[in-house]
Amino acid sequence: MTQDPLLTGLAALAVDAPESLLERIAARWVRVPAPIGELSVASTDQGVAYVHHGEGFAEAFRKRFGRPLLPATRPPAGLLPALRTGRLAGLRLDLRGLSPFQRSVLDAVREIPRGEVRPYSWVAARAGRPKAVRAVGAALASNPVPLLVPCHRVTRSDGMTGGYVFGTPAKERLLLGEGVDLDRVRALAGERVFYLASDTTGVVCFPTCHNARRITPAHRHGFRDLAQARAAGYRPCRTCRPGQEAVR
Amino acid sequence: MGDIDCLDPVREALLDDLDTGFAALYDAHRGLVFSTALRLSGSWADAEDYTAEAFLRAYRALSGYPPERIAELQPRAWLMTILMNVWRNCARAKSRRPPTDLREEPVDGVDPGQDVEADAVRRETGDELAELLGRLPPEQRAAVVLRHVVDLPISEIAAVLKIPQGTVKSHVSRGLKRLRALGGVR
Repeated sequence: MTQDPLLTGLAALAVDAPESLLERIAARWVRVPAPIGELSVASTDQGVAYVHHGEGFAEAFRKRFGRPLLPATRPPAGLLPALRTGRLAGLRLDLRGLSPFQRSVLDAVREIPRGEVRPYSWVAARAGRPKAVRAVGAALASNPVPLLVPCHRVTRSDGMTGGYVFGTPAKERLLLGEGVDLDRVRALAGERVFYLASDTTGVVCFPTCHNARRITPAHRHGFRDLAQARAAGYRPCRTCRPGQEAVR
Repeated sequence: MGDIDCLDPVREALLDDLDTGFAALYDAHRGLVFSTALRLSGSWADAEDYTAEAFLRAYRALSGYPPERIAELQPRAWLMTILMNVWRNCARAKSRRPPTDLREEPVDGVDPGQDVEADAVRRETGDELAELLGRLPPEQRAAVVLRHVVDLPISEIAAVLKIPQGTVKSHVSRGLKRLRALGGVR
């Protein structure tokens, strides 16, 4: 109709939204296999944000993140290897919604190697708040990315497995699958042994530390607490780092 | 429009499933929302922020709406109302902050390629005219952008800006007059 150059010029100012913009707004979901059965995983352009087991994934995600959830064409890079091997190389996590304390708790948990466990108090000390053991439990209970941040590797100092976002049986299955000898940990705890020391190396470890597993029975000494081990002349292992609070 | 709008496919999709409906809402109106945000703010990065924020707010609101409310929704006008609120709030927040703070803002998530892209768009579609828009008072700029950049009908602009249709028309005509004057001065 009109040939008014001003109106033509204004109409030409309309543009399409950049292709990548939807990824800033919506999360994408996929279902992937895991050692405890199928998982639903949501990720944003920043990385994996949420891992869910069982029913109610979409509702739980919506409640927690308030973000649209659309199907993904493929799992995010690095997710499948991470679930298979426990190694997170190449996998990004989106932990934007977490408090600084929650993040430092998750960072500490990420240091626990596959096949080993650490007590809640160790995580509290690594996260910089040695007295916040209960808060660590709460932070792990709301871990948005279980398995990827291996909160199943945090167990009670009395040798019990402790709670888990996906339930204690799932936690035990995961730990057994990684080769943690839960029966042995419990048996040691029954004898009030929470640390193992080697008289050949002079080092004291958590029982599941790979260094502790190598100690032969003849050279192995059990301790109830670290002070006793220290008094007997042992120094804390530099790999599993028991007694974080003292080492700093 | 108004009349044929009762069969709005976006609304039907929203009633069916919130997330699929959201995808339909985004596909139908992303260009409209982004163009408006870009020409109101004059900045590619701000336009992305405002668009993302508007769609997120829309989603959060929708997830709390009962089906009766969604059934009555005029998705386009409703979405544009949210965008205008985002724009006004952000513009207000920015004017309160000293400019040094703006420069120190974290720029995470900004693709370095965007500046190039933005430059290209500006060159293609009239850098000067886009800049002149920025010199209009906000209410005239909003009316001109909604009417002549993204081509909304006067009645819908009145609903979006919550002003009478007559006021929309006068903002548009004053805005156009001013643009012509500004363009001529150069």
